[in-house]
Amino acid sequence: MVKLEKNNVKVEFRGVNFCYNEEQILFNVDFKVPSNRITALIGPSGCGKSTLIRCINRMNEVIPMSRMDGQVLYNKENIYDKHVDVVELRRRIGMVFQKPNPFPMSIFDNVAYGLRLQNVKDKSMIRETVKESLVKADLWVEVKDRLDLSAFRLSGGQQQRLCIARALAVNPDVILLDEPCSALDPIATARIESLLKKLKKEETIVIVTHNMHQARRISDYTCYLFGGKIIEYSETEEIFNNPQNKLTKDYISGEFG
Amino acid sequence: MMKYWARITRSNYRNIKEKSIEVFFSAISITALLILIGIFVFLFITGIQAFSETSPAEFFLGNDWNPSAYTTPRYGTLGLVTGTLMVTLGSLIIAIPLGIMSAVYLSEIASPKVREIVKPVIEMIASIPSVVLGLIGILFLSPLIAGIFGLSSGLNAFTSSIIVGIMVLPTIISISEDVLTSLPQEFREASLALGATRWQMIKMTLLPAALSGIIASIMLGLGRAVGETMAVLMVAGNSRAMPRSFFDPIRPMTANIAIEIKEVVKGSLHYEALFAIGLVLFVMTFLVNFISDIIIERQVGRFKW
Repeated sequence: MVKLEKNNVKVEFRGVNFCYNEEQILFNVDFKVPSNRITALIGPSGCGKSTLIRCINRMNEVIPMSRMDGQVLYNKENIYDKHVDVVELRRRIGMVFQKPNPFPMSIFDNVAYGLRLQNVKDKSMIRETVKESLVKADLWVEVKDRLDLSAFRLSGGQQQRLCIARALAVNPDVILLDEPCSALDPIATARIESLLKKLKKEETIVIVTHNMHQARRISDYTCYLFGGKIIEYSETEEIFNNPQNKLTKDYISGEFG
Repeated sequence: MMKYWARITRSNYRNIKEKSIEVFFSAISITALLILIGIFVFLFITGIQAFSETSPAEFFLGNDWNPSAYTTPRYGTLGLVTGTLMVTLGSLIIAIPLGIMSAVYLSEIASPKVREIVKPVIEMIASIPSVVLGLIGILFLSPLIAGIFGLSSGLNAFTSSIIVGIMVLPTIISISEDVLTSLPQEFREASLALGATRWQMIKMTLLPAALSGIIASIMLGLGRAVGETMAVLMVAGNSRAMPRSFFDPIRPMTANIAIEIKEVVKGSLHYEALFAIGLVLFVMTFLVNFISDIIIERQVGRFKW
């Protein structure tokens, strides 16, 4: 298991159980996400990795008939505490989804969306932030002359980078990515991967992927989930070169999954 | 080898069957089209004859409709058109906000259980015969309106707007709710994940995304409001004078045709003038439906990735 210094822990799961519709998805999960690193969650379909990542910004609450117990700490504060404002939490913890999901608006309005949610009225500030976010998301050069174009006119890879820019625009502390490259071709995937490596200087990144090679290429820590339980969690090099658990070994060697 | 080839050749019998089914279905759809064209031609031929004796200027701009006047009969439809427009506008002012709010409630706020009960009930309003709503208008609503506003009669544009508004409401609610519900779940998740409150999500993402569908539902409602006859005939007051306010009695085009058609001599100018009104109505509703079709088509296929 990963040993982290206390002040390097950004998010911590303590005994998290999650049920959906009477079916238990997560079993007693203890898990620590280090700051300014990329942490990858790998595992076969249905192992609970998406559910786990969605616990971090409380997106699971959107689903009716779900129930969770245990604690998830963000900056040492339990985000499931009654006094926590979920809207404020989600502004600090951004999320990028599996399928690129831009809004049916212009490129500019997509990126400006988060700012407008926070009632930012200053037009020059919005313009600045939109540009900055698109630059960070490695999309600026391609779209700078057509910010008024509908976001749906972009290619899949561009749309996904737009979604990353949209998440970055509200200056989040943590970015969650739920299989962000599963709908993309290898070239688009490579661009997003190099982008994420740059972003970890400023953000904490948690990425769910069913692509082991991707986890190996970009992450600092890797966590293998199976059947809703954490099987193994350690530094990426360690888990791929020297897996301790037989289940992990089978999965990463491709004998299963 | 040869024998397998032989097997997959289509038999003659199946060929004929396929063809006849094809012919049958295209004949039916062509019949529907022919009926529509036939109605238009009939209206056009009869209605256009009115203009041989009355000028289009008088017909469209004159506000005096008095075909049975003893000295000079008048055929100005402006008062009637105004009546129709007032009822249409009034009913939409009532039905649009109520309809959109109900649709948002049903699709985004109500629990699935509530939705399952409320939506069919709302759709049932559409199946109430308009004469029944007219009765409610005469017996219940118009005395109430007269009492509230201190009028001598409650049969006026305002009361008709309420009644027609109720009739239009289910169309707007039902279609808008369908459009909102069919928006990709991804829009909601993306919005919430950026820190939107539920209201911000509805206002900034869902309503703009559903806008063209909502407009289409309004256009369909509008088509119904323009064409509605029985209920307005019963509650509008049917005065031919040019209305000056929403508390004046009005006589919309539809009601005028229904009232007068049974008294006219076939082939007279009055008869032709009523058909000309019918023609104008036909063109109005046709345009409304045509435009809403275009808008609906644009909505479909907007959210493909």
